[in-house]
Amino acid sequence: MSASERTVATEGTTAAPATSHTITLTINGAKKQVEVAPWTTLLDLLRESLHLTGAKKGCDHGQCGACTVLVDGKRVNSCLTLAIVKDGAEVTTIEGLSAGDALHPLQQAFIDHDAFQCGYCTPGQICSAEGLIREKRAKTADDVRELMSGNLCRCGAYSNIVAAIEEVMGACTRERDGRGNGQGRHAVGGGRGEER
Amino acid sequence: MRGEATRIGDGINRVDGRAKVTGQAKYAAEFEAEGLLHGWVVSSGVAKGKIATLDTSAALAVEGVVHVLTHENRPRLAWFDKSYRDEDAPAGSPFRPLYDDAIVYSGQPVALVVATTLEIARHAASLVRVTYKTEEHETDLAARREKARKARPGKGGYEPPPKPRGNADEALAKAAVKVDAAYESPAEHHNPMEMHATTVVHEPDGALTIYDKTQGVTNTQTYVSNVFGLKPDQVRVISPFVGGAFGSGLRPQYQVFLAVMAAQVLKRSVRVTLTRQQMFTFGYRPATWQRVALGATAEGKLEAVVHEAIGETSRFEDYVEVVVNWSGLLYQCDNARYDYKVAELDVYTPLDMRAPGAVLGLYALESAMDELSYALHMDPLALRLANYTERDQNTDKPFSSKELRACYAQGAARFGWEKRLPTPRAMREGNKLVGWGMATGIWEAMQQKAAARAVLSIDGKLVVGSGTSDIGTGTYTAMTQIAASILGLPIADVTFKLGDTTLPPAPLQGGSWTVASVGTAVKAVCEAVREQVFKLAKKMKGSPLAQASLDEVIFAGGEVRLARDPAQAVSIAAAMRAGEAFTLEEETSTLPQLQEQAKYTRATHSAVFVEVKVDEDLGKVEVTRVVSAIAGGRIVSAKTARSQILGAVVWGIGMALEEETLMDHDLGRFMNHNLAEYHVPVNADVRDIEVIFVPEEDEVVNPLGAKGLGEIGIVGVAAAIANAVFHATGKRVRDLPITLDKLL
Repeated sequence: MSASERTVATEGTTAAPATSHTITLTINGAKKQVEVAPWTTLLDLLRESLHLTGAKKGCDHGQCGACTVLVDGKRVNSCLTLAIVKDGAEVTTIEGLSAGDALHPLQQAFIDHDAFQCGYCTPGQICSAEGLIREKRAKTADDVRELMSGNLCRCGAYSNIVAAIEEVMGACTRERDGRGNGQGRHAVGGGRGEER
Repeated sequence: MRGEATRIGDGINRVDGRAKVTGQAKYAAEFEAEGLLHGWVVSSGVAKGKIATLDTSAALAVEGVVHVLTHENRPRLAWFDKSYRDEDAPAGSPFRPLYDDAIVYSGQPVALVVATTLEIARHAASLVRVTYKTEEHETDLAARREKARKARPGKGGYEPPPKPRGNADEALAKAAVKVDAAYESPAEHHNPMEMHATTVVHEPDGALTIYDKTQGVTNTQTYVSNVFGLKPDQVRVISPFVGGAFGSGLRPQYQVFLAVMAAQVLKRSVRVTLTRQQMFTFGYRPATWQRVALGATAEGKLEAVVHEAIGETSRFEDYVEVVVNWSGLLYQCDNARYDYKVAELDVYTPLDMRAPGAVLGLYALESAMDELSYALHMDPLALRLANYTERDQNTDKPFSSKELRACYAQGAARFGWEKRLPTPRAMREGNKLVGWGMATGIWEAMQQKAAARAVLSIDGKLVVGSGTSDIGTGTYTAMTQIAASILGLPIADVTFKLGDTTLPPAPLQGGSWTVASVGTAVKAVCEAVREQVFKLAKKMKGSPLAQASLDEVIFAGGEVRLARDPAQAVSIAAAMRAGEAFTLEEETSTLPQLQEQAKYTRATHSAVFVEVKVDEDLGKVEVTRVVSAIAGGRIVSAKTARSQILGAVVWGIGMALEEETLMDHDLGRFMNHNLAEYHVPVNADVRDIEVIFVPEEDEVVNPLGAKGLGEIGIVGVAAAIANAVFHATGKRVRDLPITLDKLL
């Protein structure tokens, strides 16, 4: 058998499908106009077109949470989100969670508590934890476990993930109560926290 | 900044932590190349037969599709089986993707659609039309058990069952107390969070740079070179970060084959990422049937051990693992008999998965020991202690070290085992039945040949490299720590490089041997550098170390200091400047001390204590508390070591209660091939896990005294949970996973 008869005939002609649309997203604080096909997910847009590979693909079906990013301050599975329906939204990925060299408190807490091993689920875990803290729904470690259960960690770092989130949550609570030590800062790209 | 400690054994933060929490760590599918094409795999829909027709015209008509590779248009490939063999290949004929029209398992790749974008490739792949001439398939281990046969050895590290000793069947028949039961466990899939992916960069000179998800870059390099007839120096394999593997990356999987083939045919860079569904179309832990029969005196002394196992394998390779051998070395017993067979099915070849073999064998053995303890009206821990052995009777050798007694004692004390009420269903909290169970674990302590290179620069920065991998285990951190400790440098001044075939070769990352093997090479190469520095420091004009010998100095804070008077010191930089050495470089390869090691059985041990709470009405099992006491030799990096055990316990919870890849035997196809229906533990499934590292000295295993921790943490956990469930409910479930339907 020989190499293909039919090869490089049609390449390069479809970079922008005829059905593509221009949308505007504020990604990690920077406003961007991007061309997207109607079927392009936010995750594929981030990873394949914008090269923001911090958001991970672990299942492409909303079953693992590795693709979690913040859209208008809320945690979403970017693999289940069509980019086109988020026209005008603010998107924060792991790359935009911290400014400059200083790490976001969750990032530092994940390092300190060894809340990851292979690191593949980690950006999703951290974005999800940031979303969780903004939701203000979790009061106990059991709440954290339950409300972080959409983010799988096959390495099984769960107890360290809970410890890391509790540390930051505790700092946030202290800050709100006026007993803060400044460790609880968790502002993200101007997104809005959800009050409940 | 924290983490300046440089001693072996300290618990420092992961050195690659910052890269991982900021999204900067790059995995195989995240490397860019100019004009990169995307491949999408088309998988077979039947389990056995031949491809009758394969119509790619609709796919090729899609704008942006560049090519569709199939068995009909593939390029010439290697002819002999040996070209397709890899470092972890069992006996047989390795699977060859797109080789011919034969279908040997469901989900087998039958075509690769290559297009300019991911979405176009995915869409076009759905347009490839394949028809099959099907043949009868067999995928049910239970139905094929009678046809099981002796396994062909040939897989690295596999030891066939030892010869029987005494007469186990006769002793069993005569024993005062006996248990005899069959235990079953299903196929399980590794399911690392990162799906298998390869980015092949086609360099202008035709060479390939391959970013692969692998547990061994050299393994991929050799495989690709052999299969595609390339010189190894034309194939560079790079893998700096691996998003979990647990064994799935021990063999080159078909995505690397397909990506390379497409790159070769098209002379373009190509990426192939499998879907989560396709993660169920290669290796897995084999469905296994076991029988364990134990006979004992009325006082609980073991008189007979019989352990038989049958594991599934494919039609083309004999996947083998050590399932039964452990039963003859864990406890003192003069009569032991083993049997291990494989049954051929129309499936893909199984693959090593975290603690392969041991995790199954110990599930059955430690469940049987628990059953025996109830038959004897004896405490399960007391039964283990009554049969404790200081000698491996399989080989009639002592253990190089064995602190299992300390594991039992410390684990039991921390857990509060003495408060356990012996009778099942005796402990409860409201409508929850509380059960306490325990089990023993064992895994081999192995060392392989490995090489490392170290370069110390005059600015005090040390770069050490070895072609090993870090699948999340903490290789980067442990090796950095070893190197830093030997030259007395801050962690921040040491860089460890891995996952690149341009580095000195290392073995596959598996078998829990990475610290023992690569760590030993890193230690040796850094000691060689240390000696060079010391010589320069001695030679310096007016050196306070002129009369000192190497064992009289310490390396700390970037200086060489006289141990008895640390004020007498020479800085490394000054010594190198005086010696006009801008860099000092060493490369070393280390081998295990085979002669000395052969005198001993070398193993890690564990004792696992588990509390479960079972909802009496719903049968829902929660693992509320686990204490895992580990005797793993010297701990090199305390924080990552603890995480290894924590994670492995979580794996044990999955194995005991959740994980099962279900086959539809009519279709010969896995049904729950996704993460919604293949259940792995989630955060809410995991409560308190406590890890104890029992001090253990061992000068035989390797110069570091480290035994390896990747596997030991999972071994025994499923049995401990099953035993706790029995204690809670009085129900003995002998087929995993213990789902609630089995408790109602």
